[in-house]
Amino acid sequence: MAVHHIEGKAKRGREALALPMAVYAALFVGLSLLYIIGLSFLNRGEGFSASPPVTADNYLRIISPLYLRSLLLSLRLAALTALFCLLLGYPFAYFLAKARPKARAWLLMLLIVPFWTNALIRIYGWKILFSASGPVNSALLSLGLIGRPLKLLYTDFAVLVGMIYAMIPFMVLPVYSSVERMDWAMVEASRDLGASPLKAFLTVTVPMTLPGVLAGLVLTFIPSVGLFFLSDLLGGSNTMLWGNMVHNELLKSRDLPFAAALSVVLLTLTGLVILIYRRMGGKAESMVFLGRRFIFETQ
Amino acid sequence: MKKNSPWASFYLALILVLLYLPVLMVVLFSFNSNPGRTANFQFEGFSLQWYRDLFDPVTGYGTALTTSLVLAGWSVLFSAVIGTLGAIGMVRRPRRRGLIGRAGHAALGAGEQIAVLPIMIPEIILGLALMALFSFIGIPFGMPALVLSHVAFCVPYIFITVKGRLASLDPGLEEAARDLGATPLKVLATVTLPLSFPAILSGCLLAFAMSMDDFVISFFVNGPQTTTLPLKVYSSVKVGVPPHVNALCTVMLGVVFTLVALGQLIQAGNLKRKDRLGYAGRDGLTGGLVP
Repeated sequence: MAVHHIEGKAKRGREALALPMAVYAALFVGLSLLYIIGLSFLNRGEGFSASPPVTADNYLRIISPLYLRSLLLSLRLAALTALFCLLLGYPFAYFLAKARPKARAWLLMLLIVPFWTNALIRIYGWKILFSASGPVNSALLSLGLIGRPLKLLYTDFAVLVGMIYAMIPFMVLPVYSSVERMDWAMVEASRDLGASPLKAFLTVTVPMTLPGVLAGLVLTFIPSVGLFFLSDLLGGSNTMLWGNMVHNELLKSRDLPFAAALSVVLLTLTGLVILIYRRMGGKAESMVFLGRRFIFETQ
Repeated sequence: MKKNSPWASFYLALILVLLYLPVLMVVLFSFNSNPGRTANFQFEGFSLQWYRDLFDPVTGYGTALTTSLVLAGWSVLFSAVIGTLGAIGMVRRPRRRGLIGRAGHAALGAGEQIAVLPIMIPEIILGLALMALFSFIGIPFGMPALVLSHVAFCVPYIFITVKGRLASLDPGLEEAARDLGATPLKVLATVTLPLSFPAILSGCLLAFAMSMDDFVISFFVNGPQTTTLPLKVYSSVKVGVPPHVNALCTVMLGVVFTLVALGQLIQAGNLKRKDRLGYAGRDGLTGGLVP
């Protein structure tokens, strides 16, 4: 008994080691988020501040065609990004998991290396590709497929391509990991019982890899709603996504409470997506720990 | 399990080509002698002039690079301490009795949930929130604000990495040390920390990369004297397509490729040593990944 008592005491002391982290998070993450929630219910103050009385005006202002359109545009773009990442990324992840171990290590590394470089740089590459006299237009012109250069840069299309490009590893990696962990004997059993390859895939493989797909959808959807620099660099002046709205209110209009209200909407949306994900049986752990964690783990 | 068909290999190759196309463009155009300032991209001839531009004392990237390195260094240092201690404290927590004990337990659990939020929510929210908080409590925008913000999003990477590793360790190792009479502090110093060292190192590397790469959060809390590398790249790219950015990108790519290759080598070494270090089970993707 005595030994157990000491043991318990040591473990309790050990728990206290997490105190600095909890305090830091409470101060700089918890408090700052609560602070903008509070700010979003205030009026605009002198210069870059907020002042009482408490009001819901900021939220009422959001319910206007301008902002609702931007919200809809952002959600649609994020959904399209997640969808295309799934369509392109699932087969990639599937074939990747089936490749020989040595090839797999190389393929994974090749997939991940570009994503260790700065996001702005990768987007810059698309800016070159899509420019009026850039390689894509030159190739299409010389093949005679088009008569004059297409306007590719500064369009919604360019933003979508950039988003898919930026997000695809966050789909491939969770799917890959669930395909890799899958029990192939199940697939073989269904084939032995007479299922066609397609039927075996749809009724066995797809359900078994669903956790990875779900995680991938969340991981590609959430960041896509908030990105503002991508549409800044690749999109036209009317590609105003939710992130651009926040950015503009803050730096151009310098309306802190309203920018806070816009972010609270985004925060609520993120929370909602995570909630749905958990309801569907997704483990927070597998999602949080995360596209980026996979990126590190394959290094 | 059947092996891949040629079509599957073709698909893998196709996607990889698409992934590398923009990167290749950047590398190719970094050697282009055509200035191409007005988005006029034609390859004319080989030149190294844009690389020279990088080292220009006024318009070059030296200052921004130094700022980024200093920022990442401090951020990783602080978050390594906070995150590692957090992981050691939060792994395999015992149940607590009594009102205060249970309340403390729950509070730390909530703290853990909040600590990992920065990598779950869109960056722009945290950036704005920190900017608002700092201007409210009067922390000047600049290096202190940048370090405080970067620590906030670096901690989760180190915490998660180290906690994952600790959870996969055999708890018998620590218990054996305790049974043999080591004090809790000694167990920590001679068993727990050395065993989690590879994870701490990997977590730090990841956090360092994230800090060096961060644009959104830095954008909100930086000061006039603290333009980090991504901020400088953004301001160059925003106004046009200056060719020296290509050179900068190529240099950065070179650094990343070298680091990744080194990482692979270290990882391969770690895997060979793993049995000796007493890891229970395989962890994550790396198990069996590296030949």
